[in-house]
Amino acid sequence: MTILDISNLTLTLPDTARPVLSNVSLSIGETETVALVGESGSGKTLTARSVIRLLPHGARVTGTVKVAGQDVLTMDARTLTTLRVSTAAMIFQDPRASINPLRRIGDFLTETIRARDKAVEMLARVGLPVSTAAQYPGALSGGMLQRVMIAATLMGDPKLILADEPTTALDVTTQAEVIALLTDLKPSLLFVTHDLGLASAISDRVYVMYAGRIVETGTADDLFSNPRHPYTRALLNSSPRIDGPARRLTAIDGYPPDLRTPLTGCPFAPRCPLATAICTEQEPQPVNHVACHHA
Amino acid sequence: MSTVLDVQSLHKHFGTTHAVNDVSFTLSAGQSLGIVGESGSGKTTTARIVAGLERPDAGKVLVHGVGRDRHRRLARARQIQMVFQDPFLSLDPRLTVAATLKEALRLHFPKADHSERVDELLQQVGLGPREAGARPRQLSGGQRQRVAIARALAVEPQVLVLDEAVAALDVSVQAQILNLLADIREATGVAYLFITHDLGVVRCVTDDVLVMRRGRVVERGPTAAVMAAPSHPYTALLLASLPRPGWDPHAIAAQRKSLD
Repeated sequence: MTILDISNLTLTLPDTARPVLSNVSLSIGETETVALVGESGSGKTLTARSVIRLLPHGARVTGTVKVAGQDVLTMDARTLTTLRVSTAAMIFQDPRASINPLRRIGDFLTETIRARDKAVEMLARVGLPVSTAAQYPGALSGGMLQRVMIAATLMGDPKLILADEPTTALDVTTQAEVIALLTDLKPSLLFVTHDLGLASAISDRVYVMYAGRIVETGTADDLFSNPRHPYTRALLNSSPRIDGPARRLTAIDGYPPDLRTPLTGCPFAPRCPLATAICTEQEPQPVNHVACHHA
Repeated sequence: MSTVLDVQSLHKHFGTTHAVNDVSFTLSAGQSLGIVGESGSGKTTTARIVAGLERPDAGKVLVHGVGRDRHRRLARARQIQMVFQDPFLSLDPRLTVAATLKEALRLHFPKADHSERVDELLQQVGLGPREAGARPRQLSGGQRQRVAIARALAVEPQVLVLDEAVAALDVSVQAQILNLLADIREATGVAYLFITHDLGVVRCVTDDVLVMRRGRVVERGPTAAVMAAPSHPYTALLLASLPRPGWDPHAIAAQRKSLD
């Protein structure tokens, strides 16, 4: 069954020369882990946020976002609140910015759903002692706080968890603990990350974003062993590795396109080694899950 | 190779925390040494002591065998320069790129005309006239980090301390900066002290590496050898923690518990 179905989502913000998201389509099945990878400004966070309609002020949206069959973009405020509490829950990058430092962990967990027993149960489930409930966020490490965030998202038994770079602020060994916990829960998971290694390690399928568009999708195995879009290939080549021969990195020249300049044709064309005339004139449509004229 | 930097048994306490505990190393001209570790390992404090931003409780930092004189700040700054993680916080938002570089040069060499040197520095880090006239907020993260590197290189230091200098950059831009740093080292013979939590980056840009944990150096050696066959269980854990296909987070979590 499809838990999340985003179809042709286009999002425009005031004072930008091009849509921030352009024709984004993405789906997640039950207990499936889907990674959304891309660089800063590629639109991956906005895509995740649109799932619970957490959109920036002045955003205009077309397309549909369906969570468990319900259209999020058109639902009324009350239904939206229910959705955020009990159907789709989000974990943010920096737990310190998402938890009120002046309130105890127990109060934070029971803020939306007033169930003390359940909060204690969830703390145990994420591997924290019950005494954590009486502590303040300042007394916990980053890894422990992210566990608290996960416990908070589990309070409403969500069908879908949206994790936006949940381990980027953590040390690598702590990251492993948090990921171990997330995978144990076996939720339907949208995992937003810039870390290709992490995406390949934990996800069933991967979507690669560039300049607000999905440029390639595929199973994690396929995409990383046989990338077809030149951007995916370039990203993999420019990542420092710890295996294989140590060599000079193949950097991608130039910078990602700015929101202030309009785009025609393929957004990656100015940085692409394969680009020809058609690339700057005509935007490539996805064929067999790759949006490239030369794939 | 001549020894540029000689760090002898540094100690630093913050309250009851022994943040840096008996850390010693040397750096030769043109060498690149990495210090890796997780948050709280003491790697940044070590870097700050070397750069003179923090005073050690005990131990010495020698440059060419001579102690770092507290009273000659400018001369000291010309020996060792630092590049920080977030250039947004270390560049003056009101100054254009050219003015930033000029200011650093004027401070150290008040009498000379610097226009030529500014152009040379910009070229060295791959920036053009458009960027020279721009203020930090008009630049991308990668461009800002290029400016920070140019400013650090302006006084021709013998040692560049890079504290998580590529951690905030996207991979495609990070690769550009890592290649740029490799080119600069080759061209100028400046030595790098590279502070990072990223083992992939260490492998890419360093000859030798120190692994720190809880203030102490737990392993040291040539980077390739340490990566291929780590001798300390903590180094092995760090390497195993890097996500890749077939990665088992549960095994790592268990291994981490057994280390404590």
